[in-house]
Amino acid sequence: MSVDEKTVRRIATLARIGVREEELPALAKELNTIIGFVEQLSEVDTEGVKPFTSPVENTMRWREDAVTDGGYAEQVLANAPAKDDEYFAVPKVVE
Amino acid sequence: MSKLTDLNLAQARDGLVSKAFSAVELTQAHIERVEASDKLNAYVLKTPEKAMQMAKASDAKIASGTHGPLEGLPIGVKDLFCTQGVRTTASSKILGDFIPPYESTVTQNLWTDGAVLLGKLNNDEFAMGSSNETSCFGPVNNPYQGANGENLVPGGSSGGSSAAVAARLGVAATATDTGGSIRQPAAFTGTVGLKPTYGRCSRWGVVAFASSLDQAGPITQTVRDAAIMLGSMASFDSRDTTSVARDVPNYEAALTGNIKGLRVGIPKEYRVDTMPAEIEALWQQGMDWLKQAGAEIVDVSLPHTKYALPAYYIIAPAEASSNLARYDGVRYGVRQEGVDIDDMYANSRAAGFGDEVKRRVMVGTYALSAGYYDAYYVKALQVRRLIAEDFNRAYEKCDVLLTPTTPSAAFAVGKEVEDPLEMYLNDVFTVTVNLAGLPGLSVPAGLDAHGLPLGLQLIGKAFDEEQLLRVGEVLETAAGFTTRPNEWWSA
Amino acid sequence: MASNPNLIAGATGDWEVVMGLEIHAQIASQSKLFSGASTEFGALPNSQVSLVDAAMPGMLPVINAYCVEQAVRTGLGLKAQVNNYSVFDRKNYFYPDLPQGYQISQFLQPIVGEGAIEIDLPDGAVKTIGVERLHLEQDAGKSLHDQHPSQSFVDLNRSGMALMEIVSHPDMRSAAEAQAYVKKIRAILRYLGTCDGNMEQGSLRADVNVSVRRPGDALGTRCEIKNVNSIRFIGQAIEYEARRQIDLIEDGGVVQQQTRLFDPKNGETRAMRSKEEAHDYRYFPDPDLLPLEFDQAYVDAIAKDLPELPDDKKARFISDYNLSPYDASVLVSEAENAAFFEAAAEGQDAKAVANMVIGSVFAGLNKAGLAIAESPVTPKQVGQLVGLISDDTVSNSIAKEVFEMMFDEGPDQGKDAAVIVEEKGLKQVTDMGAIEAAVDAVIAANPDKVTQAQERPKMAGWFVGQVMQATGGKANPQAVNKLVMAKLGLDS
Ligand SMILES: [Mg+2]
Ligand SMILES: [Zn+2]
Repeated sequence: MSVDEKTVRRIATLARIGVREEELPALAKELNTIIGFVEQLSEVDTEGVKPFTSPVENTMRWREDAVTDGGYAEQVLANAPAKDDEYFAVPKVVE
Repeated sequence: MSKLTDLNLAQARDGLVSKAFSAVELTQAHIERVEASDKLNAYVLKTPEKAMQMAKASDAKIASGTHGPLEGLPIGVKDLFCTQGVRTTASSKILGDFIPPYESTVTQNLWTDGAVLLGKLNNDEFAMGSSNETSCFGPVNNPYQGANGENLVPGGSSGGSSAAVAARLGVAATATDTGGSIRQPAAFTGTVGLKPTYGRCSRWGVVAFASSLDQAGPITQTVRDAAIMLGSMASFDSRDTTSVARDVPNYEAALTGNIKGLRVGIPKEYRVDTMPAEIEALWQQGMDWLKQAGAEIVDVSLPHTKYALPAYYIIAPAEASSNLARYDGVRYGVRQEGVDIDDMYANSRAAGFGDEVKRRVMVGTYALSAGYYDAYYVKALQVRRLIAEDFNRAYEKCDVLLTPTTPSAAFAVGKEVEDPLEMYLNDVFTVTVNLAGLPGLSVPAGLDAHGLPLGLQLIGKAFDEEQLLRVGEVLETAAGFTTRPNEWWSA
Repeated sequence: MASNPNLIAGATGDWEVVMGLEIHAQIASQSKLFSGASTEFGALPNSQVSLVDAAMPGMLPVINAYCVEQAVRTGLGLKAQVNNYSVFDRKNYFYPDLPQGYQISQFLQPIVGEGAIEIDLPDGAVKTIGVERLHLEQDAGKSLHDQHPSQSFVDLNRSGMALMEIVSHPDMRSAAEAQAYVKKIRAILRYLGTCDGNMEQGSLRADVNVSVRRPGDALGTRCEIKNVNSIRFIGQAIEYEARRQIDLIEDGGVVQQQTRLFDPKNGETRAMRSKEEAHDYRYFPDPDLLPLEFDQAYVDAIAKDLPELPDDKKARFISDYNLSPYDASVLVSEAENAAFFEAAAEGQDAKAVANMVIGSVFAGLNKAGLAIAESPVTPKQVGQLVGLISDDTVSNSIAKEVFEMMFDEGPDQGKDAAVIVEEKGLKQVTDMGAIEAAVDAVIAANPDKVTQAQERPKMAGWFVGQVMQATGGKANPQAVNKLVMAKLGLDS
């Protein structure tokens, strides 16, 4: 599979990374190199192999349902680039 | 022993406890040395006032006999660990002046045990890189220079950590390893780097790169120091679901020097065509050293080794593309305004992320996107299982594995940065360990033709860091690596 | 085409509307699905937010055991397959109230699989609606878009709360069915106590997928109407949307698959304006979490503790109390109503109690805007009142009046019926002599009416009315009726 500029544009949009038109060819080339490299995997026979998602083999631990956190809006908002009272502020979203 | 900054961690610890010098004196000596190290660019944030406060508190504890195992020991912390009230950036512009209102579990463990924070250490942006050149703070220079005095990379992503330890800008440093980011820089700088078993150190409060691969560990001067550091950094943490509930053994006590009867596996697939003769020779030397110490050398096979890097370059970017979605300019970090919300996101992330991070986020986005998920991501996870199973089979025949850490010594700054694939190949020997979740240790073992450090890697069974460290110390003793960089940076 | 009342007539023929619903039900837990922050409603903005909920760097999720249990309970309540092994995935997309840039959800392997529920239609019929799955996921925060001319504000208090997403099969064919489905799901959730079902506060929200087709055709292209937050709006949204799609197709257009919003102000749906780039959520297993596993014993223990659910209760009401299916379904729609009825029916004529509960009690509560728990008349008092009818102490109509006195604000509110009947002398007159005297008096005073009545027997009712009036309504109406007919020579 090779990645064309249109695909790069689509991926960049999905990933919300602004890419200028003139950057597309170089990006496409880089991504193709990497994707070409990883395509070696297709040589491997993986028929019936269960995907490996975590090195941890235990079952997942659960926590008790108790309020143990929160109550510090100032800290949550302390690093915000823009806020209004106790809200984060962002450019208006039109639904 | 001329200077306090010549001491390794164990020596400094013993000196403090025996009151040969104070924590304030030790810390002061390191602060001064850090101050004079700007040419290395290892520290992205120095915290001398905080260090002195902590050192004073440590002296009081030592005086009252209530000191912890790391009391008064000044260390550097990779800027991937969130430190409460101390700027944390992951060496990315996108985090701006982010000041975490929380402390990572690993660093909290260190402070609880008495360690002193000298400052935050440079790294590849979001730990993505093998040369520390992707940092928004600029590259770190290896304390070792090239034959013609050219600046070399310290490895990455924990390049600030490896450089700091090699240059004695702290008795030890924390680091993280996703595909080799502790072991490769350790090998490049003549230091010891230990990547523990996945789940041994909590990931809570460590800026995530690839969640199923990331693991914190130390970079130190000696294997003993690594054992001491790991004893503090490791813990079971109920806040990290992937943290494994196991007691932390006394790693230092495991350093018995006795490896009689140990079976050391040599994976034949690591004998790659492009391997320089001197690395091949060093590897052979390592086998001989261990044999002399009473170990048995056995040939083993890890047949899917070749596919580790390709699998890694699907899995790590895929996880990263999702992990880095939170850097959106809304709650923290840097925002670049835009005409609407999506424009704001795109502008902020275009301006905030460096090229390598963008590249990986895009590769990961592609690998996960509709139509490619099975062909790339699921396939890579299947190969990952085959790689893990290779290790299981090998460990039926041996107790640890011995390999070179890297395919080369440190290279010149700027040499590989243009070619991502070339850069990725740095991790060819280390990345399998992350995929399988195993512990790996790099020990400085010799010098290349230009006098640059080379490392040997030991790979252990899951949660068998004790044996890994024991063998590591034997290897270290046999290698007798005492080389120090000439201190060009302080001139 | 009258055989199928669900069909909608278009200009070019009949259309069938097809609906599937995704219901998001907030789990009634103390803390969030993956963090220890409180879930309480109505707190100050961003005050119930942990560092995990705000997606600070390096923060990690840890699952809430109670939420798992509630999902299993709900799965059992939906008579669905509970999966002992499920997986959390990340659903990746950017939105300001989604701090992680992904929602932790379950995609390929949900905690609950196929199930089915029965819905009660207004005509008393019952229809089975398939449930495709139930999965656990995080809620997003809240964005306020109308507070500022150029900015939206984000409050993360809701971010990370536990949701159960219940996905139905596209089995519904009318707005009424969709409404009945939501009511039924809500009833089950409330019976189980897993979700408070409060649609106003958003603890229960429905996404409605609507498509239209010619009867018998394959499914048409659907539109998803997001977050409709009342049962009435669900009906309005569906009717509008179905009509819009029919008109569009009949005008030669094509329905675009899209996400739409329902505007309650004008009763219309409109396409969301946010860029409709092809959704590509890039689901993958969340590497911060391990698979969710439990053994069968865990499920069995929960099953053992399950309360009687609406359908079982309904069946029991029909068989034990001899209620009509419709009355039974009305009474079981809320657990509290059913409990009220059962308490009132103890030792009484259950059918009569059901009539009074569905009639007088519900009407009274409705008018007064009270919840059943706040009823001024206790179940026991309702039962006693019905008892007074059964033993002929009062007539039905007097009972109604007595009920109103017991219910409405005033000196008699909360009093026992027997006391009111006694104090007000409302006891039914059953003394046949007295009733006969009254009948005779009315007949004697109205000879012209007697003649009329003998020609038009319907007039007899007039005499009954007169007698009732003369006795202050206390005469037993059956007895009066009988006597009037006899005296007028109208009994057959
Ligand atoms: Mg939905
Ligand atoms: Zn959902």
